[in-house]
Amino acid sequence: MIQADLTIIMPEIILSLFAIAALLGAVYTGKDKFAPMLVWATAGVFVTLALWIGVNGEGTNVAFGGMFNDDAFSRFAKVAILLSSAAVLVMSQEYMERKGLLRFEYPVLVALAVVGMMVMVSAGDLMTLYLGLELQSLSLYVVASLRRDSARSTEAGLKYFVLGALSSGLLLYGASLTYGFAGTTLFSGIIQTASDGSISVGLLFGLVLIISGLAFKVSAVPFHMWTPDVYEGSPTPVTAFFATAPKIAAMGLFARVLYDAFGGVVSDWSQVIALLSLLSMFLGAFAAIGQTNIKRLMAFSSIAHMGYALMGLAAGTALGVQAMLVYMAIYVTMNIGTFAFILSMEKDGQAVTDISALNQYAKREPGKALAMLVLLFSMAGVPPMVGFFGKLYVLQAAYDAGLAWLAIAGVIASVIGAYYYLRIVFFMYFGAEQDDALDKNSSPVLWTFLMGSAAIMVLGLINLFGIEGAAAAAAATLVN
Amino acid sequence: MIGLEHYLTVAATLFVIGIFGLFVNRKNVIILLMSIELMLLAVNINLVAFSSFLGDLVGQVFTLFVLTVAAAEAAIGLAILVCFFRTRGTIAVEDVNVMKG
Repeated sequence: MIQADLTIIMPEIILSLFAIAALLGAVYTGKDKFAPMLVWATAGVFVTLALWIGVNGEGTNVAFGGMFNDDAFSRFAKVAILLSSAAVLVMSQEYMERKGLLRFEYPVLVALAVVGMMVMVSAGDLMTLYLGLELQSLSLYVVASLRRDSARSTEAGLKYFVLGALSSGLLLYGASLTYGFAGTTLFSGIIQTASDGSISVGLLFGLVLIISGLAFKVSAVPFHMWTPDVYEGSPTPVTAFFATAPKIAAMGLFARVLYDAFGGVVSDWSQVIALLSLLSMFLGAFAAIGQTNIKRLMAFSSIAHMGYALMGLAAGTALGVQAMLVYMAIYVTMNIGTFAFILSMEKDGQAVTDISALNQYAKREPGKALAMLVLLFSMAGVPPMVGFFGKLYVLQAAYDAGLAWLAIAGVIASVIGAYYYLRIVFFMYFGAEQDDALDKNSSPVLWTFLMGSAAIMVLGLINLFGIEGAAAAAAATLVN
Repeated sequence: MIGLEHYLTVAATLFVIGIFGLFVNRKNVIILLMSIELMLLAVNINLVAFSSFLGDLVGQVFTLFVLTVAAAEAAIGLAILVCFFRTRGTIAVEDVNVMKG
């Protein structure tokens, strides 16, 4: 029995052992001298595990009496998490080394956060959910304040910590009420007490508190207040990490709790999620308009994107979950490319995050400007790019589920949101002339990620690289 | 006779005090950490009360996990706070304002 259980959680065990070995090895030997090598090794382990999970995994396996699930849904999310984390690690290596930030703790903490995320998307029990979430959050609090001597970075870490702990508290209180009124912490047990379409008041309270705790983690309005500050204050590679893997994990966990534990009472939570989605889309669209810092702008952009992903969840159908998964995969790919561009923005060797520094950028570096244009069009949802199909999917799912008003609101919000993406394009191509231009640095790694991501946004429109099928299989295991 | 609802009332009261401590407090970041701890302990009372009421041990196991995580969380919170104090020289809540959000 225990042997079978351990086989199922083998990827998580391997990654944890790797993180512990890396930590011990680096402490007892060269410390930060090994950091660049450790970054590549960690990225290598991530990619290997992603391939292993993606190729080898099949069927639905349950470990530890239902506490841990290994099914198509968790495998889809895990592959996305591992690959995006590996991409962010590789991108950040050079930047952090130049800024003197590359400590050996960074890859170790990222590896531990990824273990937490993998546990989150496989959770089949409130305890697994909580432990995975906390392992991820605690690692992220530390990486947010990685630049220990910077007032901004430590402030970002402190804000993230206090608000993150508050959300964990809410989630935990919800979990305790759910346990009390359902009599069990297993999702498979909770769904039985809440299967006939009506649930007790206590369970409803638990559900609402769990939803608010998770909404905080995906930075959905009205639980978004930490996002702009944390994105702005953290070192840019860390911001890139925050914007990608943790978002997939939190959305995956969201879907898992809602369907595995509360799948019998869809009508009770679908309206709440729809409201979160509506508010996130509009706040993300409006608040980003006045931003001058590109990292802050990306924070509001990610809030808006989470709104669209939540729209897929609000639909409460298998198509909705599939749309959410496709949307998250596209969102992460776009963000990796965009952050590769932001990481390369420098003036005299100093990182620049001001949008106005991009004036006339296209004249100096037409190739990169074009790639960024494709990515920004894709984020805005302009038709030929893949980002449009992501939006189309969730809108379709919401419309089919009878949430036509939400779909219409989504279209309006995306039109408003297009303004600030296009404003960057305007600066790059038609901005005012200025003397102090950005450096012409071209790190091959960042260039590859930027161009690769932009190419995916164009080439993906043929068949989305087949992720639709994988997402459909993943959704089918969750919704039945 | 003290029943389940009494325990739940105490836990809910402590939890709300913790939340108010986070939002109303304008003085000291240490008080924020204490409020967070109060919220987690309120949850523990809830879990143990339910566990005893249901005659089910899972709640107490959950409590042990929560205690462990709360300890780790406090350690990380204090570590970040020390870094913050080193760069800013203050731990007043109103001074956490380099970025406006």
